[in-house]
Amino acid sequence: MSNKETPDLQGWSRNEMASRLAEDIPEGWYVNLGIGLPTLVADHIPSHRDVVIHSENGILGVGPRPPTAAADPWLINAGKQHVTLRPGGAFFNQAESFGMIRGGHLDLCVLGGYQVAQNGDLANWSLDSDAAPAVGGAMDLAVGAKRVWVIMDHLAKDGLPRLVTRCSYPVTALGVVGRVYTNFAVFDVGPQGFCVQRINPGLTLKDLQKLTGAPFISA
Amino acid sequence: MIGGFGAVGQPNALIEGLIETGSNELTIIANNAGSGREGLARLMELGRIRKIICSFPRQPGSFVFEDLYKRGRIELEIVPQGTLAERIRAAGAGIGAFYTPTSYGTVLGQGKETRDLNGRMQVLEFALHADFALIEAWQADRWGNLSYRGSGRNFNPVMATAADTCIAQAHRIAELGQINPNEIVTPGIYVDRIVQRDA
Repeated sequence: MSNKETPDLQGWSRNEMASRLAEDIPEGWYVNLGIGLPTLVADHIPSHRDVVIHSENGILGVGPRPPTAAADPWLINAGKQHVTLRPGGAFFNQAESFGMIRGGHLDLCVLGGYQVAQNGDLANWSLDSDAAPAVGGAMDLAVGAKRVWVIMDHLAKDGLPRLVTRCSYPVTALGVVGRVYTNFAVFDVGPQGFCVQRINPGLTLKDLQKLTGAPFISA
Repeated sequence: MIGGFGAVGQPNALIEGLIETGSNELTIIANNAGSGREGLARLMELGRIRKIICSFPRQPGSFVFEDLYKRGRIELEIVPQGTLAERIRAAGAGIGAFYTPTSYGTVLGQGKETRDLNGRMQVLEFALHADFALIEAWQADRWGNLSYRGSGRNFNPVMATAADTCIAQAHRIAELGQINPNEIVTPGIYVDRIVQRDA
């Protein structure tokens, strides 16, 4: 499958995707943001909102990135970028941080993805290549958080769809993904598979189906 | 065991000391596999490490590890980060093994004992103990009480509990009683030696 029929369509930008996801996070939630695109979601949560960001290296209440000169060398996020701490923030050790994750205390985890299958399986840690594998906290987050939302490009670099009937890459966790945000659409993942909630205005449902590797229903 | 997450809380002065001792054929337990050419990356580049047990060996600047790995010069055991932390915690707390849902149904869970607990499939993981833990703290006193700073806590307090000998490098050495007891995260019972980092 390829996107030849809609060659110019870029869909929503990364910031638009992140902003859309941020708006869907209710007040009061504790949220972990994965490395890469998910981290961008933090930039779209204004400081007046009580959404508490968790970083698996042992921080609750992660604030925005500091100006370079003001960076605290002791304060980094899971992506090893300098961050700040919001008033009310707290530090804790690694075992406690993952106890929090595994124990179901996080309302939401936002992860990047290589593939999401219609049964909610997630593949996001290994492309099965010769490079050394690196899993970090992805498997713990995927099974531990109350909800897992994935934010990713709709198509892989080679043009193949990332929403699939079954993951071909090594899975991170089975049946965990509840929602997927792509540059073309937003899908819920439930017992009936993918259900499209929003679609980019540049696309029809028919276009979207051509770009998606699994059937979906529409809400 | 070597504490730290990325460069924060990594005990580089102790790693330099370890290099000076000439130890080799080491098995290292750490979250990452070093970055640049300092600290853990230097130990690795000198060929002292036989095997590394970690969750996330690839990061910007981890070229020393990647090169050794591609040439088959270092053995890698990948462990999900939370499982790694809990295996270390278990060793320090006298627990031999535990079940966790993490990695069930994935290649990292393959070949491991599994069990349905309360309707959820879980994987058996064993405690991970070390001969030495090298960690970094912010303040230390002569009893080995330690306080930490910012995200520098990470793996350090759990690793302190899980080795025969725990050596901590600290930025400040305090008199007994100077570290507020409410702020002592690692009580001295776990710590065998303290080293002051160059001021």
